[in-house]
Amino acid sequence: MSSAHAGRRSSRAALHWVGVHALGVAAALFFVLPFVFLLLTSLMGDRQALTRDLWPDTWEWGNYAKVWHTPGFLTWWRNTLLYAGLGTLLTVVSSVPVAYALAKFRFRGRRLALLLVIAMMMLPPQVVVIPMYLFWARQLDLSGTLWPLIVPMAFGDAFSVFLLRQFLLTIPDEYLDAARVDGCGEIRTLLRVVLPMARPGIAAVALFQFFCAWNDYFGPQIYASDNPAAWTLSYGLESFKGAHHTNWNLTMAATVLVMAPVIVLFFFAQKAFVEGVTLTGVKG
Amino acid sequence: MSPWLIGFAVFFLYPLLSTLYFSFTRYDGFRQPAFNGLDNWSYVFTDYPLFWPAMRNTLWLVLVMVTCRVAFGLGIGLLITKIKTGAGVFRTLFYLPYLAPPVAATLAFVFLLNPGTGPVATLLEAVGLPSPGWFTDADWSKPGLTALALWGVGDLMVIFMAALLDVPKEQYEAAELDGAGAWARFRHITLPNIAPIIMFAVVTGVIQAMQYYAQPLVAGKVAAGVIGGSGQQFEPGYPDKSTLTLPQLVYNLGFQRFDYGTACVVALVLFSLSMAFTALLMRRRGGLIGADR
Repeated sequence: MSSAHAGRRSSRAALHWVGVHALGVAAALFFVLPFVFLLLTSLMGDRQALTRDLWPDTWEWGNYAKVWHTPGFLTWWRNTLLYAGLGTLLTVVSSVPVAYALAKFRFRGRRLALLLVIAMMMLPPQVVVIPMYLFWARQLDLSGTLWPLIVPMAFGDAFSVFLLRQFLLTIPDEYLDAARVDGCGEIRTLLRVVLPMARPGIAAVALFQFFCAWNDYFGPQIYASDNPAAWTLSYGLESFKGAHHTNWNLTMAATVLVMAPVIVLFFFAQKAFVEGVTLTGVKG
Repeated sequence: MSPWLIGFAVFFLYPLLSTLYFSFTRYDGFRQPAFNGLDNWSYVFTDYPLFWPAMRNTLWLVLVMVTCRVAFGLGIGLLITKIKTGAGVFRTLFYLPYLAPPVAATLAFVFLLNPGTGPVATLLEAVGLPSPGWFTDADWSKPGLTALALWGVGDLMVIFMAALLDVPKEQYEAAELDGAGAWARFRHITLPNIAPIIMFAVVTGVIQAMQYYAQPLVAGKVAAGVIGGSGQQFEPGYPDKSTLTLPQLVYNLGFQRFDYGTACVVALVLFSLSMAFTALLMRRRGGLIGADR
């Protein structure tokens, strides 16, 4: 009797296992197939890419070399690295002290400051773009360069400040008090005690920022569109499609090359990516 | 705080006040702004033929795209918590598309869903379904963009997964003893426990929907066959204004028509909408994002 009961339970559990995993595979197909089609198309010949074929007749690995050697492609690559790399560095250096102050100091107007950070974070970039453009392009004559994209990051990015603050809240105050009792000044406490403990949060913020600049389309369109030498990958990719409007295979190969760094980065830093996403939603 | 305060003044306060000022002027960026009262405002709301279509599209995206994304993200989040074998692999596969650069992902989707050359049409027809003109038919372009948004649902999956794992196990056990079925447990235990996260996902989704820019623009341009980057004019929001969003109007008015005054009106409409939703995000005591702590 009891073993029959147990048997029914375990067969129900097995059925549940099969059902869940079948659903998982179906979902996985939805998420993976676009990547698969993308790769397959990127390896087709020029003509075949215009047909509905799914599988390449001949494997045109040369498509990737063709894309790589398209004039401008390497420049866009270099610009994107500069924008994303330098921008990320500046963001982290400028946002950490602000987040530290917001998380660990009690001062007049702290709540207001936090509300302003959140308001800035939620502000669509289009709201302030016109005065910003006029300032950079007309007053400083820096249109067609990467400066209008990079310099603002030296003044603290609202989203990074917010995320770092959420992370720093999880560090117990006792550690800071202990450091102060030992005679550390605020700067030394920040550098020696807080920074090492905040490393995962900083890594998450840095990745998000890097990724955000890598993907940015609006910024480069506003400030760099009139000078192809200042284009970034995201902006250049769309114009690449324009210049090769019948070559879907080359366009898809370029698309793969733009996606690849982010995906490689993900495999090295999965934990930090997931931590960053979780921080935004849950630890509030 | 002080570098941030400089940043705040230079990159937020000053441009916001300038935007407000420009909205009451005729301004082309070269001659001095000339005060013209509410002319730009009445033009946007009554005569500008692209404003209301863009507003309707934005509302559509807010209602339909955000709802679909939250529901699908929750579904995938639930699924991933139930998967026992290979959970790490599944999670990675579900998360990866979220990382795909928007322009690249949009290009890929316009190609994949293209009824003439796209592989999705081959698959649909193999199972006997018609393949619509996703980005060339005005009725299908927003569903096409929604499919793209669902593909990138990995961020929501992660926050829902974390929230679901935090629901106390004892509550499920007690409910099971009381004979509650799977739906009743979901309805009476899971949903109330994760309600704040759902709310968070909805409000941030709405704010993102109002900023929706690269995807509809690139989808429209590529589907229309416009040579990108050449500055060539194209019908905004191709096909038939269906992919037009408010941020695109700011660009269109300001940087293509050099009518900065009117562009600032649209920017302020966008500002009001996003601040209203931000307020909602922080309305509850303590705030959904912990502003009080």
